[in-house]
Amino acid sequence: MALEAEARDEAVKKLTRNQVAWRAANEIPDGSFVNLGIGLPTTCANFMPADREIVLHSENGILGVGPAPEPGKEDPELINASKDPITLVPGGSFFVHSDAFVMIRGGHIDLALLGAFEVSESGDLANWTTENPNFPPGVGGAMDLAAGAKQVWVLTDHVTRKGEPKLVKKCSYPLTAQNVVTKVFTDLAVIDVTPDGLIVREMVDGMTLEALQELTEPKLTLAPDCRVLAAPAV
Amino acid sequence: MAINKIVQSRTEAVQGIGDGSTVLISGFGNAGVPTDLIHALLDQGSRDLTVVSNNAGTGDKGLAALLREGRVRRIICSYPRSAGSIAFDELYAAGKIELELVPQGTLSERMRAAGAGIGAFYTPTGVGTKLAEGKEVREIDGREYVLEYPLKGDVALVEAEYADRWGNLTYNKSARNFGPVMAMAAELTIVEARNIVELGQMNPETIVTPSIFVDRVLHVPAEAATAA
Repeated sequence: MALEAEARDEAVKKLTRNQVAWRAANEIPDGSFVNLGIGLPTTCANFMPADREIVLHSENGILGVGPAPEPGKEDPELINASKDPITLVPGGSFFVHSDAFVMIRGGHIDLALLGAFEVSESGDLANWTTENPNFPPGVGGAMDLAAGAKQVWVLTDHVTRKGEPKLVKKCSYPLTAQNVVTKVFTDLAVIDVTPDGLIVREMVDGMTLEALQELTEPKLTLAPDCRVLAAPAV
Repeated sequence: MAINKIVQSRTEAVQGIGDGSTVLISGFGNAGVPTDLIHALLDQGSRDLTVVSNNAGTGDKGLAALLREGRVRRIICSYPRSAGSIAFDELYAAGKIELELVPQGTLSERMRAAGAGIGAFYTPTGVGTKLAEGKEVREIDGREYVLEYPLKGDVALVEAEYADRWGNLTYNKSARNFGPVMAMAAELTIVEARNIVELGQMNPETIVTPSIFVDRVLHVPAEAATAA
């Protein structure tokens, strides 16, 4: 059994974290104003499609976030939500933190890309606390973004480090917001969260619906036009 | 008589801050943290403080040092845990510090409300979550909102890039973050500025924090600043 599972794992072409960020970045519509949340989502700024003009927002008071600077060009006072150094694109601006959240809560942000501990089949998001008494909770801007952005997409590993599903029927961790997530990008699949349930839009090479279902709690439905999830080596 | 908010020493900058004060501290990560003012407060000796800051300090300088010395009873922030937030993590695990976790936009809006004289506000953020437990929820135009109250500081410690003797301020890039909103939300706003310029040298069109919100300015040139 173990050998079979190993053989299967080797045949599955899982995406790297950078590739998940690349794939999500390449789904963003031209002309969007997009917030990138702490963690994996902030790395999307390094993989934005060159043929589209997309304005990236950072909760600490920036519009026009560009990719990471070249080594040696980092500015400690030009950072993103993850506190990583970034650049500013022409047309970019700085503003007070409270205005960054005027943009978020006021419905001016088209799309927020966030990380997750769990996403439920109805689009509930849990990403701020595991209720571990030794591990302080951290909500950051997640609740504001989940409540205020017009759309919320999640970038995450498909399963936890222990191999448990992160796409669940009902979140076991405290919620960030209810019914907000519409799309999930994982290292194995791209999945739409719809009123009809989870629809698999793309799966990595070597993955089957049955194998993906084993790693996912709610029922999955294969989109009629389901494609192979692939990304360049980024 | 000429208005001159520029103080001559760190001691003078933090004079009069009392035990039990609520202290707003600017910064997001290490950008915009008034590290020298925090160390002045540490030397000044105030205890039993409530600190409002987006993060809970990293390394062993600034807020982390204030925490380590046991001066902070309670911290109000959105995201305490970061790489290097060892001082906070240890106090938290040992149950030696109170944490009020506030969604980040609610945190700055509560301070904006305090500065703007707004009695309370309804926000869609946090509806149906544990962070809204016990709070009034009202439906407005078919959507649910949580009632949040202003968050006022006895003191704000803010870092700025340029200041003049009236206390007009500009900031540097994303180090601006909470500075302008904290400056307007405290009884006593103390600024650590890298550069002091003559009155009239700042472009009135691009002043970010107008002088009315500032009480004291300490000049801390970049080469003399304590690294975060």
